[in-house]
Amino acid sequence: MNMKNDYRSRNHPAWWAFLVHRLSGLALSIFLPFHLWALSQALQGEARLDGLLRWTEQPLVKFAEIMLVLLLAAHLTGGLRLLALEFLPWRDWQKSLLAWAAGAALAAGLAFALAL
Amino acid sequence: MGAKSETWLWIAQRASAALLALCVLVHLLTIIYAVRHGLSGAAILERTRGNAAGLAFYSLYVLAIAVHAPIGLRTLCQEWLGWRNASLNWFMAAVAVALFAFGLRAAWAVFV
Repeated sequence: MNMKNDYRSRNHPAWWAFLVHRLSGLALSIFLPFHLWALSQALQGEARLDGLLRWTEQPLVKFAEIMLVLLLAAHLTGGLRLLALEFLPWRDWQKSLLAWAAGAALAAGLAFALAL
Repeated sequence: MGAKSETWLWIAQRASAALLALCVLVHLLTIIYAVRHGLSGAAILERTRGNAAGLAFYSLYVLAIAVHAPIGLRTLCQEWLGWRNASLNWFMAAVAVALFAFGLRAAWAVFV
């Protein structure tokens, strides 16, 4: 039997949720070492940290920061959806979890973007 | 890796996810608070230095990430790259240790 997926199994919101969760996890994993390195620069004093923070003032870096907050929020809300699906008894309201997860992640991204 | 080990990894992934749900929520609120209250090195370090609760919280956060991220990356490597032999497990164990060590160093740099 041919077990290969075709487009039909992918043309579904739950598949897109899976892809967003996986890609956001990958992006956050790649970002994390840079984030930890930047924070550890505080060991060399305030001035060093200030230098890095000034670098982050560039528009492209600011845009990347907003995307990262959005990805972190999306990974959080998508993960909460998965935990609810796996550990709670099935209820009809769980069908709308996907929309709630997307909405909450977007709200977090906007809150960060507008606070800048 | 045997079925028993895979089960433990599955449990560790979910347990760390539950902990991270709380940690990430607090972290997101902290980020939004920080950008509203000054993002200079001095302003940040003034809020963080000597904050024992912050150090404890972020140490726990780092531990949860060091468990969660390598298990997720391991699945991704298996399914998307076809990397399935024992070397993957050793590599991800090294990633976990490195994330924990560098994470603690970063928390120490900011909070102590």
